[in-house]
Amino acid sequence: MRDWRRDKLAFSVFALPATAWLVVFFTIPLVLIWVYSFADRGPQGQVIVALSLENYQRALEWIHLGIIWKSIWIAAITTVLCLALGFPLAMGIAFAPQRWKNPLLLLVILPFWTNLLIRTYAWIAVLRTRGFLNSGLEWVYDRIDGALGLIGLPDLLGPFQPLELLYNTPAVIIGLVYVNLPFLVLPLYATLEKLDKSYLEASLDLGASQWRTFVSVMTPLALPGIVSGTLLVFILSLGTYLTPDLLGGPDSEMIGNLIARQFGAARDWPFGSALSFLLLYAVFLFLWLRATVATRSKGVGV
Amino acid sequence: MSEVAIPSESVVVRRRRRRRATPLEYGRKRWLQIVLALNFLFLYFPIAALIAFSFNDSRRNVTWQGFTFKYYEKAYNNAGLHEAFLNSMIVAGTSTVVSTLLGTMLGLALYRYRFPGRGPFEGWVHLPIVIPEVCLGVAMLAFFAWADIPLGLFTVTVSHIAFTIPFVAVVVRSRMAGFDESLEEASRDLGANGWQTFWSVTFPYMIPGVVAGALLAFTLSLDDFVITFFTSGPGSTTFPIKIYSMVRFSVTPEVNAASTVLIVLTLTLTVTAMLIQARTGRKIDTHG
Repeated sequence: MRDWRRDKLAFSVFALPATAWLVVFFTIPLVLIWVYSFADRGPQGQVIVALSLENYQRALEWIHLGIIWKSIWIAAITTVLCLALGFPLAMGIAFAPQRWKNPLLLLVILPFWTNLLIRTYAWIAVLRTRGFLNSGLEWVYDRIDGALGLIGLPDLLGPFQPLELLYNTPAVIIGLVYVNLPFLVLPLYATLEKLDKSYLEASLDLGASQWRTFVSVMTPLALPGIVSGTLLVFILSLGTYLTPDLLGGPDSEMIGNLIARQFGAARDWPFGSALSFLLLYAVFLFLWLRATVATRSKGVGV
Repeated sequence: MSEVAIPSESVVVRRRRRRRATPLEYGRKRWLQIVLALNFLFLYFPIAALIAFSFNDSRRNVTWQGFTFKYYEKAYNNAGLHEAFLNSMIVAGTSTVVSTLLGTMLGLALYRYRFPGRGPFEGWVHLPIVIPEVCLGVAMLAFFAWADIPLGLFTVTVSHIAFTIPFVAVVVRSRMAGFDESLEEASRDLGANGWQTFWSVTFPYMIPGVVAGALLAFTLSLDDFVITFFTSGPGSTTFPIKIYSMVRFSVTPEVNAASTVLIVLTLTLTVTAMLIQARTGRKIDTHG
């Protein structure tokens, strides 16, 4: 690495075009909505630049606070479920025979490279009233019904009632777990893979059970990966827009949808901008937390 | 005695052939294998079902009625889908060219130079990767409205360039991390000037990173929904936006067919990018 002053010309030729592009088409837009977040909304929905905190106060009204709270709650449940599914998955890959590791890892990453919209849409086909899950359940139900008819109890169960699986909060959570699982598995796998296995052997040799070894040796050693993965999933779930939009119902709106609505039908850009920045501040906080944990764990030398 | 010994010996042989899992071979634990299988079922069932039922000869889309290509034909003859696909190709193509050029130069600058404020600058470059897409989308929308630029293919392309530059820069930079700078010094010592050194020593080494970055940028642009949703106007419908409007309307095999085409396209591109990176990575290993 060399000092930029040694060839200023080359440095500016390389760095300036992209920097300029990102300043104009990334930073200025963000600064603009930051300014808008202190503005007032005109009667026709136009933005009147002002210096008020009214938009931020409105975000703290009960109705909006409810949506924010719900978003945090949904993101938290998604994170816990991702961890519950992802930990055994990462463990299975990390402790698999060498030749299986890369193919298995590829299998985890592959769905993550198919279009987000399509992956979400795929769940509509699974969960809708006449979707795969309900059809499967109906098949099982008919068999049970038929069996009951054979032993002389016809029509005991009545006709099959399909379950309402779509357009509610559980559907949103399923969709989010599905979309975000790889983001937890990958960092977790990276730490489990690097983990010094002689610690686990030592624990087992000294008479600890598998469970005890898992809880008091493997989990603490994998903590950097767990923290990094869970925070990433939490950030991504918190800021999601598409999943609740497609899989959610009227009462599973999340903060991303609330923001989008302000820029769409509600035409209240200042309020939408304030909400965007509240979300961004939360994301920055968690990113900072993640970076802090990463540097600290590097310092310990795990 | 020997008659008694034989069976026990064959047990030992069998044991050796399929020896019991040692305590740390979690990969051979039955319960973990089942959990793994269930996880992969969860990951693959929805997509597999979607692809399978794009070939299903029934509009109801739940029970299998026989193999057909007719929904592909239908999707192909759908003028809206056709136009959307063309738009997507224009946007992805243009944005890939620009973002690969700018991102590569940025990645190189980040790799090579020490300058004041480097840490925060790098953080800032990574920002578009991490901030929620909705925030970026609405910010772009507000910006284009403020600058009085009508929404259309131009605004979509410009936004795509902005969010793909960081990805290209990251890929190129990580490629350069394995570069041996003494090669450049050797070239200089042998009398090449800076320009010649760059094109005949540094650039050939960068190529796999640049290609992988370009493929990544193309895939990201082709796949993007949220940012495009906010920055596209009438007449600039891209493929994902078109699929979205069809999905909102109803679940039909035609949507499945269009989705399958997009899946195959992006998977091919990504796997190519990964193979390029993996192959060059192995080359470095053997050299080292």
